[in-house]
Amino acid sequence: MCLGIPGEVIEISEERPDLAKVAVSGVKRTINIGLLADDPPVPGEWILIHVGFALSKIDEQEAAAALEFLESIGKAYEDEMAALLESRIE
Amino acid sequence: MRFVDEFRDAEKARALSAKITALCEPGRQYKIMEVCGGHTHTIYKHGLEDYLPECITLVHGPGCPVCVIPMGRIDDAIHIARRPGVLMTSFGDMMRVPGSGGNFFDSNAEGTNIRMVYSPLDSLKIARQNPRLRVVFMAIGFETTSPSTAMTLLRAKAEGLTNFSVFCNHVTIVPAIKAILDSPDLRLDGFLGPGHVSTVIGCRPYEFIARDYGKPVVVAGFEPLDILQSVYLLMRQLAQGRAEVENQYARVVPWDGNPVALDAITRTMQLRPYFEWRGLGFISHSAMRLRDEFAAYDAERIFEVPGVRVADPKACQCGEVLKGVLKPWECKVFGTACTPETPIGTCMVSPEGACAAYYNFGRFSRQRVREASRA
Ligand code: SF4
Repeated sequence: MCLGIPGEVIEISEERPDLAKVAVSGVKRTINIGLLADDPPVPGEWILIHVGFALSKIDEQEAAAALEFLESIGKAYEDEMAALLESRIE
Repeated sequence: MRFVDEFRDAEKARALSAKITALCEPGRQYKIMEVCGGHTHTIYKHGLEDYLPECITLVHGPGCPVCVIPMGRIDDAIHIARRPGVLMTSFGDMMRVPGSGGNFFDSNAEGTNIRMVYSPLDSLKIARQNPRLRVVFMAIGFETTSPSTAMTLLRAKAEGLTNFSVFCNHVTIVPAIKAILDSPDLRLDGFLGPGHVSTVIGCRPYEFIARDYGKPVVVAGFEPLDILQSVYLLMRQLAQGRAEVENQYARVVPWDGNPVALDAITRTMQLRPYFEWRGLGFISHSAMRLRDEFAAYDAERIFEVPGVRVADPKACQCGEVLKGVLKPWECKVFGTACTPETPIGTCMVSPEGACAAYYNFGRFSRQRVREASRA
């Protein structure tokens, strides 16, 4: 639960501007972007996700590096991704 | 030196390693604490200690939120979960943390309904879909996670949900660092500051460490090179006689943190007078409870919680490990009675825990290699 996972914002929800569709390792999930309300991300930007919330914006290069790091740590990341795939935030 | 696990930038790592070595004062021993469990994980995974000169020891700090939850809080959670109609949710890491009478899986075998969720928002959704159940989210974590709980509470209130509550166990990192600085057990030279916590609280809260204790702090990223780079920055400060807060992870961590997240925490939570930390004992103003305005969402007020204090098992030396006084392998039950499958202490449960990280990556620290060669 402590891992920050990078994701690319695909689209912002029209009725709920605090929710976004985000691509995380190839799968699309809804993520809450309310904590970035001061400077909301736009489609194409990358965010660091923590327990279903975007914690900060990152650039694409940082996202790639973070992903490489996560893949290197193995099981903890697999467990986190499995949990994320079960998640159905709305 | 052995380079156990070569990573992409091993070449750059060696260059940094040489720069760090050049900064060491002859005859001086350095102890640097990495506060965050994520850092511990990277250090063991990549065998980073092997890139550092022998005079530098990395000690692991209390920054794994699963590891610092005392047994009594698990017992309290199970007590709540046993009440009629309760469905409790928590993060997966919590499921195997032992309470005095077993963990959440054991408790479920006896009839409770404790489920793992990825996000507090998943918990909220379960509450919405099951109006007859009383859904309790067991919240744990440092300032990385408390904004998520806060946002979930704000949402629950806005929706007027009446069957959702939070059993709040959020802790704050700064008082724990202060407790360690004030403890006579350990003399530290500097800190690697936590990366993700700092995206929320920023770098300012660490300024007292430099100002009042004269120790440098470098907020560090999670990749192997980030950590080596941060050790280099710390060593440079020490060599130049400076004590400041530096931000190595500025590409992610803003100096002032995330004001929206801090505001959400302040609107929903307030500091408790004190809170028990596993191994560290009671630390004043070190954890959060819900504000009175959120009493209707506070599981501690809805369900009477016994709040008993349970002593840690005798064999367990997590307290020493969390304070950095012992290395995981120095605990008597490490790897024998205590393994990730059958953890005795919390440090073996979460992958960020020092014992689990050490066990999983089968690291032999330099000290151990040296001792083995002496024996
Ligand atoms: S080996 Fe187990 S009991 Fe010993 S300190 Fe680590 S987690 Fe605690």
